[in-house]
Amino acid sequence: MTPLDSRADPDALLNNIRQSGRGKLTVFLGSSAGVGKTYAMLSAAKERLLEGKQLLIGWVETHGRADTEALVHGIPAVPPLSIEYQGRTFQEMDLNEILRCHPQIVLVDELAHTNIPGSLHTRRYQDVEELLAAGIEVYTTLNIQHIESLNDVVAQITGVVMRETVPDRILEGSEIKLIDIPPEALLERLAEGKVYVPTQAQEAVKNFFRVGNLTALRELALRYTTQHIDTDLETYMRAHAISGPWPAAERIMVCVSESPFSAQLIRAAYRLAASLKSPWIAAYIEIPRLEVASDKEKQTLADNLRLAEELGAELVTIVGDEVAAEIIRLARRRNVTHLLIGKPALSSIRQFFRGSIFSKILKQSEGLSVHIISEAAKNAPLHLTPRRAPSKLKPIPTIITIGMVALITVLGKLVESTFGLVNIALGFLLPVMISGILWGRYTSLLGAFIAAVCFDLLFIPPVFHFTVSDVRYLFSFIMFLVVAYVTGTLAGRLRHHAHEARKREVRISALYALSKNIAGTEGLETVLEMAAQRIAESINAAVVILLADESGELQVKSCVNPLGKVAINFVNENEFAVATWVYHHGQIAGHGTDTLNGAKGLYTPLVSDDQAIGVIATLFYSNNKIIDPDKRHLIEAFANLIVLAVKRITLAEASKQTYLLQESERLWMTMFNSLSHDLRTPLASIIGAVSGLLEEGELFDQSARNELLRTIEQEALRMNRLVGNLFDMARLQSGMLQLKNEWCDIEEIVGIALNDIRRSLGNRLVDVNIEPALPMIRVDMGLIEQVLVNILDNAIKYSPPETELSLQARCQHNELLVSIRDRGEGVPSNEIGAIFDQFYRGKTSQAAKGTGLGLTICKAIINAHGGRIWAESAEGQGTTITFALPISANSPKGIPEGNGLTSHE
Amino acid sequence: MSEKNCRILVIDDEPQIRRFLKVALTAHGFEMIEASLGGDGLNEAVMSKPDLIILDMGLPDMDGLEVLKRLREWSQVPVIVLSVKEQEMTKIAMLDAGAEDYVTKPFGMGELLARIRVALRRLSKDMEEPLVQLGDLRIDRAKRTVSVAERPIKLTPTEYDLLKTLAASPGRVFTNTQLLKVVWGPGYEQETHYLRVFIGQLRRKIEEDPSQPIHLITEPGVGYRLM
Repeated sequence: MTPLDSRADPDALLNNIRQSGRGKLTVFLGSSAGVGKTYAMLSAAKERLLEGKQLLIGWVETHGRADTEALVHGIPAVPPLSIEYQGRTFQEMDLNEILRCHPQIVLVDELAHTNIPGSLHTRRYQDVEELLAAGIEVYTTLNIQHIESLNDVVAQITGVVMRETVPDRILEGSEIKLIDIPPEALLERLAEGKVYVPTQAQEAVKNFFRVGNLTALRELALRYTTQHIDTDLETYMRAHAISGPWPAAERIMVCVSESPFSAQLIRAAYRLAASLKSPWIAAYIEIPRLEVASDKEKQTLADNLRLAEELGAELVTIVGDEVAAEIIRLARRRNVTHLLIGKPALSSIRQFFRGSIFSKILKQSEGLSVHIISEAAKNAPLHLTPRRAPSKLKPIPTIITIGMVALITVLGKLVESTFGLVNIALGFLLPVMISGILWGRYTSLLGAFIAAVCFDLLFIPPVFHFTVSDVRYLFSFIMFLVVAYVTGTLAGRLRHHAHEARKREVRISALYALSKNIAGTEGLETVLEMAAQRIAESINAAVVILLADESGELQVKSCVNPLGKVAINFVNENEFAVATWVYHHGQIAGHGTDTLNGAKGLYTPLVSDDQAIGVIATLFYSNNKIIDPDKRHLIEAFANLIVLAVKRITLAEASKQTYLLQESERLWMTMFNSLSHDLRTPLASIIGAVSGLLEEGELFDQSARNELLRTIEQEALRMNRLVGNLFDMARLQSGMLQLKNEWCDIEEIVGIALNDIRRSLGNRLVDVNIEPALPMIRVDMGLIEQVLVNILDNAIKYSPPETELSLQARCQHNELLVSIRDRGEGVPSNEIGAIFDQFYRGKTSQAAKGTGLGLTICKAIINAHGGRIWAESAEGQGTTITFALPISANSPKGIPEGNGLTSHE
Repeated sequence: MSEKNCRILVIDDEPQIRRFLKVALTAHGFEMIEASLGGDGLNEAVMSKPDLIILDMGLPDMDGLEVLKRLREWSQVPVIVLSVKEQEMTKIAMLDAGAEDYVTKPFGMGELLARIRVALRRLSKDMEEPLVQLGDLRIDRAKRTVSVAERPIKLTPTEYDLLKTLAASPGRVFTNTQLLKVVWGPGYEQETHYLRVFIGQLRRKIEEDPSQPIHLITEPGVGYRLM
C-alpha cells in the first residue's frame, strides 16, 4: 500500500475536527433487558458526580426497582415534559430544558425509545443526536437487538422482529460499555422479578428468555463490541497515519427492490461492508413494468433506500429494461468486487422466469463474487401486507370492450356470406387489440375471451352451439388469447414508459427552466420568486421561501400559492418555529418526516457549505401522510439550485463591492499622482524663473527677463485653471452643483470663452462659425463657458501650435450642437470612449500637460443640462468634440423694445 | 483730480496681497493705506478719507458686504471689490449695495489699475462729457448718434438706450438688473433674455467680430461693461 492511501482522507479528518466539538456518546450495551444497564449507567454517573462533573438525569426508567431507584436519589434530574396525545397524558424527556441547562453529562435511558407524536423528534436517538451536537456528553442504554444492522439476525434468533431500531451511525465514534451477565444469572434475576416485564407480554417474554436465545444474543453483543473496538482502533490508526494491514480495496454492491426482503439484503450488505471495511453501493434498477407501482411499494422502496443511506451506502438508481445487464454494467463501472442479490421465495413458474436473471448475472460475472441471499420461508411473516394482486378490470373499459365485440358480431353477421369466416375472425382481433392498447392486458384478455365465445357461438357451425366441428378453429381461439396477451402487455409497458417519461420530463424541464431562469437573473428577490413559482407548479403545493438575514433571523422572501391567485403565507408562528429549527439544524423536518411531523408543511433546508442559509416551506394540498419521495427529491434538487443562485448573487455582489473599492483606490492613486505632478510642474517653472530673476536679475537682458516673466504668468494661470477644475469636480461630485439657468446666446458664451483662453491660444487661429439666428438656450452661462474653455484648452494641448482650431455651432433636431475640432494626432479608436473618464490622459507626448479632469467635468456639466457630449476622431485626422444642448420649444421670441426712462430723454 | 495725489485704502487680511498691492500702487504714484480687518478699515476710512477703497470679500472679522453697507451709510467713496470666480451672487450683491466694480482673483495688475482709473475718472467728472470715444466707436449723446470708424450706425431706440447707459461709465460693470431697470423700466429686472437679444443685436452692429467682441464685454453671471 502506498503511503498516500494510508493517510486519512481530508473529508474524514474534517469530520473528525467537526466531531471534536460534539459531545461524546457512551452506550451501556446489553444483550437483553434485565442485564443491569440502567444500574451500571447510574453507578457510572455517581462516580462522575463525585469527580465534580455537572451531571443531570434527562430520562431514566427505574421500572420501580428499589436498588436502581436508590441510585437515582442524589442525582439532579430534569423534570419530564407532559404531552397530551389522544386524550391521554404521556411523559417524555424535556429536550429543550436539557439544552438550556447544558450540563456536562446527561443520562438518557433507552436510546431506542419512540417518542409520543407531538414531540420534536419521532425517535429518542434523534434527541440524543441533538444533545451531542450541542456538545453535551450523553450516557445512554441500548439492547443489542435494537441495533439496525443486527435487526434481522436477531429476528432469526428470537423470532421477534424489532420495530424500534437505532441506526448504526449513531454508535459510530461512541464508547461502548458492554454489560454482560451469563444467561443463567439473567434467568435467575427474571425469576426474582428483577427484570421489567410489561404485563401484557408475559407469554411472549417467557418465550424470549430462553437460554438458547440469551446465549445467542450475548454472543452477538460480544461480537458487536469487539467489532466496534476494532473500528475505533482503525480510526485512531488512520488519524495518526499508522499504516496497518488495511484490507484490499473491496467494493460491495447490493441490489435493492421494492420488496420488504430488500431490507434484509441491505443489512447483510452493510455487515459485509463493515467487516471488509469497504465502501458499498445500494443500486435500484427501475424496470418499466406493466402495472404502476402501488403507494405501498413506493413507500417500501423509499424505506429501503433510506435504510441503505442510513447505513452508509451510496445510492444509485438506474432505469433499464434488462435488469441483469444493467446490474453487471453498473458493477463493472464502479469496480464492484462483491455483488449481493436477493432471491425471493417465488412460485415455481415465476422462479422459472426470474431464474433467468440470476443465470444471466452469473454468466457475466467473471471476477465478481456474487452472493445470492434467499428469502427464507420463515421470514414470510416479515411482509407486513402481502402484495395485492392489482385488479385491472375497470367497469367502463369492460363495457366498451364488450360493446366493440358486440358491434363486430353484428357487422360480421351482416357480411358473413360475402366475407367468409377467416376475415370475420380477423375482425374480432380488432376490439382485442384496441382494448389491449388502451386498457392493458386484463381487459384485452377479457375481450379475447368474449370474442372467442361469440365467434364460436354465432359463426362457427354448428351455430348456437359451443361445440366446434372444425379443430382448426381451436387454433384461432388460442391465437386470440396470445394476441390479446401480447398486445396488452406491450401496450401496458408502452403506457408506463410514456407515463414515467412524462413525469420525468416535467421534473427535468422544471429544473432546467429554473436553472436557465436564475442563471441570467440579477436580483435575489426575482430569483426566489421564480424558484417558488417553479416548485409550486411542479409539485402542486404552496411554497414559501425563507432566507436568513444578517442577524440570522429567517425572513419570508417569496410565497406562491398555485390554487389561489393571492400568495398566502401559511407559515404562522408554529410553522415558523419548525422552519427555524430546520434552519438551525440544517435537516429536513415537518410533515411526512421523522422530525416535528405535527407541522402542516414540509421544511427543506437550503444548505450551502454545511451552513443553512434558508428554508423552503411546502404545504401539500392532499392530506396524504406520506410524501412521495420523488417530490422530496425534487424539492431537494430545487433547494440545491436556489443555494447555487443565492451563492452566485452574493458572490457577484461581493466582487462588485471589491471592484468598486479597487476602482476608487485606483482613482485615488491616479489623482494623487496627477495632482502632485500637475501642481509641482508649474510651481517648478515659477520658482525657477523667480529665483533666476531675484538672484541673477542683472545677468538677463530685457527680452530674457520678459521671457521668464511670461513663463511665470502662464504657469500661474495653468495652476489657477487646475485649481478651478478641481473645485468644479468636487462641486459636481458632491452633488452641490446648482444650475443657475438663464436664457443665453451661444455666440455670447463662445465670445467669453475665447476671451478667457486668449493667453493660452497665443497666435493660434480659431475659425468660429456660428449659424445666424440661433435660438436662445436656457443654461448656466458660467458652466457652459467652462465646458467651452475646457474643450478648447484640450484642443490646444493635443494639437501642434501652428495648426488651426475650429468652432462650429448649429441647430439640428431641437438641439444646439457645438463642435470644436483640432488638427492634432487624434485619439486611437479604442480609447475614444475613455476620454471622458476621470484622469484619462492622452498617450501622446503632449499629454503631461493635462490633469485628465477637463473633459470629465464637461461631461458632468452637459449631462446636468440634459445634453450629451461625444468625441469623434481618426488617427492623424484630429479630434472633434461635440456637445448637444436641448432647445426649449418656448425659447423667447419677439422681445419688446425698451420703455425705460432714458428712451424718452 | 490727478491720479498722483490719490489715496487708496486696501482692506485685506492677506499680507502677501497687501505687500504686492503696495509695491504696484506706489510705483504708479498712488498713496496706499492698509488695514487687515473690516473694523480697522472702516476706522481708517474715517481717519484718512481715502479717494478709493479696495475691499476684500472675505475678512476674518466681518463680511465684505457688511463693511460696504456701513461705509455707504456716510460715504460715497468708490469701492472696488476683490472677489473669487465662483461668487457671482456675491459680486452682484456688492454691486447692488453700491460697489463701483470688482476684480476676480487671481487678477493681473493691469486689470486692477484699469478699474481704479475708471472709478477715479467717474469721480473726477463733475460735468459729463456728451462725447464718448472708445477706439473706433464714437457715441455722441448730445446728437444721439453712434458711429464706428466714422461710419454712422443706425440703432433702434432700445439699442441706443442700452449703449448710452453703458457709455455713461465706460469700463465700469453694470449688472443685468441695473441695465434692465434703466432701459425697460421697473418690473423687468428678471428678463435677462431681453438683454441677451439686444446685446447680440448691438454687437452685430458695432463689433467687427460679434463672437469675439472688443467693446461690449460680458461679465458671466454679473452683467456687461463697455470698453
